[in-house]
Amino acid sequence: MKRIASLALAATMLTAPAHAEAVKIGFVTTLTTGAAVIGKEMENAVNLAMEHLGGMAGDTKLEVIFADDQFAPDVGKQVTDKLVKQDDVDFVTGFIWSHVLLASRKSALDGGKFLISANAGPSQIAGKLCDKNFFSTSWQNDQTPMAMGEVLNQQGVKSLYIMAPNYAAGKNMVAGVERTFKGEVKGKDLTKWGADAQLDFSAELAKAKASGADGLFVFYPGAAGGAFIKQYHQAGLKDVIPLYTVFTVDGLSIPRLQAADFESVLGSRSTGHWDPSLDNAANQKFVADFKAQFGTYPSNYAAQSYDAIMLIASAVKATGGDMSDMDAVRAALMAADYDSVRGDYTYGSNHFPVQDFYLREVVADADGTWTTKVVATVFEDHVDSYASECKLD
Amino acid sequence: MDFSLLVIQTLNGLQLGLLLFLVASGLTLVFGILDFVNLAHGSLYMLGAFFCATLTYAFGNFLLAVIVSLPIVAILGLVLERVLARPLYMRDHLDHVLGTFGAILVIDTLVHLIWGPEGIQVPLPDWLQGQVPLGGDVIVPTFRLLIIGSGLGAAGLLFWLVNYTRLGMLIRTGASNRTMVSALGINIEMLFALVFALGAALAGLAGMLIAPITEAAIGMGNNIIITAFVVIIVGGIGSMKGAFIAALMIGLIDTLGRSFLDDIFKLAMSTEAAETSAPAVSAMLIYIIMAAVLAVRPQGLFPPKVR
Repeated sequence: MKRIASLALAATMLTAPAHAEAVKIGFVTTLTTGAAVIGKEMENAVNLAMEHLGGMAGDTKLEVIFADDQFAPDVGKQVTDKLVKQDDVDFVTGFIWSHVLLASRKSALDGGKFLISANAGPSQIAGKLCDKNFFSTSWQNDQTPMAMGEVLNQQGVKSLYIMAPNYAAGKNMVAGVERTFKGEVKGKDLTKWGADAQLDFSAELAKAKASGADGLFVFYPGAAGGAFIKQYHQAGLKDVIPLYTVFTVDGLSIPRLQAADFESVLGSRSTGHWDPSLDNAANQKFVADFKAQFGTYPSNYAAQSYDAIMLIASAVKATGGDMSDMDAVRAALMAADYDSVRGDYTYGSNHFPVQDFYLREVVADADGTWTTKVVATVFEDHVDSYASECKLD
Repeated sequence: MDFSLLVIQTLNGLQLGLLLFLVASGLTLVFGILDFVNLAHGSLYMLGAFFCATLTYAFGNFLLAVIVSLPIVAILGLVLERVLARPLYMRDHLDHVLGTFGAILVIDTLVHLIWGPEGIQVPLPDWLQGQVPLGGDVIVPTFRLLIIGSGLGAAGLLFWLVNYTRLGMLIRTGASNRTMVSALGINIEMLFALVFALGAALAGLAGMLIAPITEAAIGMGNNIIITAFVVIIVGGIGSMKGAFIAALMIGLIDTLGRSFLDDIFKLAMSTEAAETSAPAVSAMLIYIIMAAVLAVRPQGLFPPKVR
């Protein structure tokens, strides 16, 4: 009896929706190597977004397929090809790494798919290589460090030492801070990056100290961030050369620094377009549910991935799940008509968000858990520096 | 270029070199004596870091965790030898590479299942968190001095073991002529297992020492194993002395290259060109050295005497 009932149920489920065709989303991220920390966080956020949506965008079913780029551009391109050709997805999204996105972009766009970056924002794609079917739910790489450069000026920092990994985003981050910082750059190190990234920074830290700069600017995303912070403090540089970071002291590294009892990270400041403390309904719900399910505050990677799914869902809903009319889907994406966890934003001419950037500080919350909170707004409705190089239509 | 910076960078290079030696010594022993290519040697380095991290939280004491983790990793080395290496000894090197590469994937995935994808930070006791002034502007983190100290200690112990004990004598003869060793009635299987376990413990120790600086992370062993192979090729496969000198050489060249190459390049080219090319060249530097050694002295700088 029970079996017949479940068969009947299955049969109704198969026939019920009028738009039986599900819209498929391919999500490329890093699920192996040390960088899997970021990939796992994004996967969690995507699953949370799907849960909030009930797996549906309006009357259309959504389906997410995850793919692992193994932190390598060649593999990223391969899995994108597979998503485009074999799985025939409608959207390709995800992409932590700028070099992976740059290698994969042609596969997705030439395949006639929408490409939506949930993290990487390389200057090339914001400028000369911009495309009508590309959108970002994060930022252009230069913007966050530009905000930090502005903060450094305001705080009267006269000279700076810069460290970043040697790949597309690392170079953008350096270019960003150099664009707004008005003081002198005393020295710069670009360190080896990738699956065999350099994680021992003893030589670079010694150079930074010897340079006598007023401040040290770094960008070390993922696992490298925690390693860097520890070595910086072990070298006793906290009072010698103050640290200013982007995407280094974040939702991923803070819980682990707290577990290792690394109190000196409290009070540390960074810039960003989003923060768990931002006061809007979508963000409050996102942060509370993420914490309840996964036990930690979400990071910006989670926020951007959540937004990527929500943006896609809003466009699918607006077009009634009709993916054949790409112009209509594109117009719906462009409207950004959804409740972003960063608050409302618009899309610029190159399809990067025009949004606010904040200065954030590491604090302990009411329960004693370390997190970040917004201290000040650095930029309002900031447009990235490459938008003018982008010629669409 | 100021002098104290040079001293600090030399110490940093020494620290990196000693860590490399700990990994390379086991690799060169296993390669030299067992004639076995063990790509999974780096996995033992990773396992050392993970066990040490877990035990540090369990005991609340880093040094105790290291002492307990060492025999654990040695035993894991024995298991790996029995299960994976022993059936492959008689096969050729390609089979070794395939087998141990498979082991890397299996061990990485096991670690992923047990400890999760995120790495583990290893807290240090307060007395190791500080810095030690060594006169002038030379101030070095205490823990890095501890790495140098324990690296030198392990090297000394190994030197004594290989040169002044019966086991060491067997190891040396095994490296030169293993048919003769077994012909003399020595239990070669036991010797091989011991050498493997010793190598595992040394690699594990290196992992335990690096974990508080970086963290215990999946795939950490795959980074160092390539450099360790460079070290044993430069030093001469099977030679402990070669591994020691080559490890220090590679450590110093890598660190000093990262520190001073851009300044040197700036003398010859524009600032911008130097800033772009220096990181690329310093990442290649050790491989350039290896290529040069292979071209001039293919047997390595200090090959063991073989008849």
